[in-house]
Amino acid sequence: MRIPSRPVVFGLLALSIQAAAAAAPSEPTVVAASTINSGDTAWMLTSTALVLLMAIPGLALFYGGMVRKKNVLATLMQTFAITCLVSVLWWLIGYSWAFTPGGPLLGGGGRALFNGMTFIQGPPARLSVSHLASTIPETVYAMFQLTFAVITPALIAGAFADRMKFSAMLVFMAAWSLLVYAPIAHMVWEPSGWLNRAGVLDFAGGTVVHINAGVAGLASCLVLGKRLGYGREAMAPHNLTLTLIGASLLWVGWFGFNAGSAGAADGRAGMAMLATQMATAAAAFSWMFAEWISRGKPSVLGIASGAVAGLVAITPASGFVGPTPAVVIGVVAGFLCFIAATSLKHWLRYDDSLDAFGVHGIGGIVGALLTGVFASKEISGLDGSVLTQLKGVAVTLVYGFAASFVILFLIDKTIGLRVTEEQEREGLDISLHGESIE
Amino acid sequence: MKLITAIIKPFKLDDVRQAVSEVGVQGVTVTEVRGFGRQRGHTEIYRGAEYAVEFVPKTKIEIAVVDALVDPVIEALAKAAQTGKVGDGKIFVFELAQVVRIRTGERDAGAI
Repeated sequence: MRIPSRPVVFGLLALSIQAAAAAAPSEPTVVAASTINSGDTAWMLTSTALVLLMAIPGLALFYGGMVRKKNVLATLMQTFAITCLVSVLWWLIGYSWAFTPGGPLLGGGGRALFNGMTFIQGPPARLSVSHLASTIPETVYAMFQLTFAVITPALIAGAFADRMKFSAMLVFMAAWSLLVYAPIAHMVWEPSGWLNRAGVLDFAGGTVVHINAGVAGLASCLVLGKRLGYGREAMAPHNLTLTLIGASLLWVGWFGFNAGSAGAADGRAGMAMLATQMATAAAAFSWMFAEWISRGKPSVLGIASGAVAGLVAITPASGFVGPTPAVVIGVVAGFLCFIAATSLKHWLRYDDSLDAFGVHGIGGIVGALLTGVFASKEISGLDGSVLTQLKGVAVTLVYGFAASFVILFLIDKTIGLRVTEEQEREGLDISLHGESIE
Repeated sequence: MKLITAIIKPFKLDDVRQAVSEVGVQGVTVTEVRGFGRQRGHTEIYRGAEYAVEFVPKTKIEIAVVDALVDPVIEALAKAAQTGKVGDGKIFVFELAQVVRIRTGERDAGAI
């Protein structure tokens, strides 16, 4: 589905044969219900649920376990509230801006409030389909993409854990979702988007989701500053059992993310699933052994972090590469993300609390570039180019960082971004939400 | 009457409970505590950030005994809690002014 429109290699064969259409549509259209493929639809319904599982409770637990005990509920709350917030924004305008045709930077407004997204019982039964996935109902495609739009901003929260006001977080996420996520998703994935036309390959969101969230995380921890007592006080994770459960749910859910991005229950989905498993296992071991050799012990947090780094890095490549390149991508990503999370941020002196940039930013960049190296024409029908990939990476890094920085700066100057020193010391659970786990 | 307070390694608690029971102790109060002595703490590393854990988890037990039982209890307790390695803990003995059993109002030796 997320294949650049040039050359057109949509998995629309079934449709074009049945409808004998002269050309694939370039916008959502209403078709006869008989053109829907039930196997594809069943898989995409399942994938949608799997990707939502990644955010809640997967990511929520992954992050929740890593913060201190006084901030665990606030951290879980962020992911949960973002899920609700972005769902409503997706209905409002987000889906339309991201996934309908428009300009090179942003889609049109025709699907605002999901206007025109229909299912009519008939007879004859008819329903709308997206031009990006024409064998499944548009409702399913919009829901599948909604879950991506939900988890991406939720990933950013790892960078500013323990110190952002809840109100400011809601405003930031609303603005970010519409002004950063929707345009980048459109540019990379919608055939009228200019990076899509330029041939940037991003199967399931290495650029749109992970580099985008990672660099926004970097901007947010730079604007907010370090946590109180950073580098002097103990900030050890309070419950790594939660973190490991979260990482495991992310891993399971990621099959919906990557194999679901085939948009169909087909051979490419199977290949994406296989590549995902290989890269994840390789990256988990890569991080674990790097840590074991350099620090003396293989830690639970290390192997879990490495697995997530591998999942991130294979995201753009799954659907373009076979299992052997996937192992290579995993090994490289696990090692480089280990360096980023354990050394880079200490050298550069920013407090990316839970390594949103170190894992998602760096892992996303590694995956996007290596997709250019390893993309297989046999699997995808396309050749990769490292230079083209670099263009996608650079645009996302520059636009994502600048836009996030400006939004955060404006919020800081108006309603304020950071909790008071007293609230931060007391912990966000009590001070922002009036609850605690003790 | 004396109050015997001992700080021991947590995994020795069951051995100690059994040993003092055998010499006639009928009640023990146990608390999970943290502290430091000659045994050093340890270092934990999370994604490259090192944290020194200077307070070691220990178990504190408190036993009220009549004078005749003080030496046998100390002996049994020390024997059961000993591993021979640094960090086995300590025993403190205090004078006990009064004991009251709340249910019956009995006092002192009768209440222990």
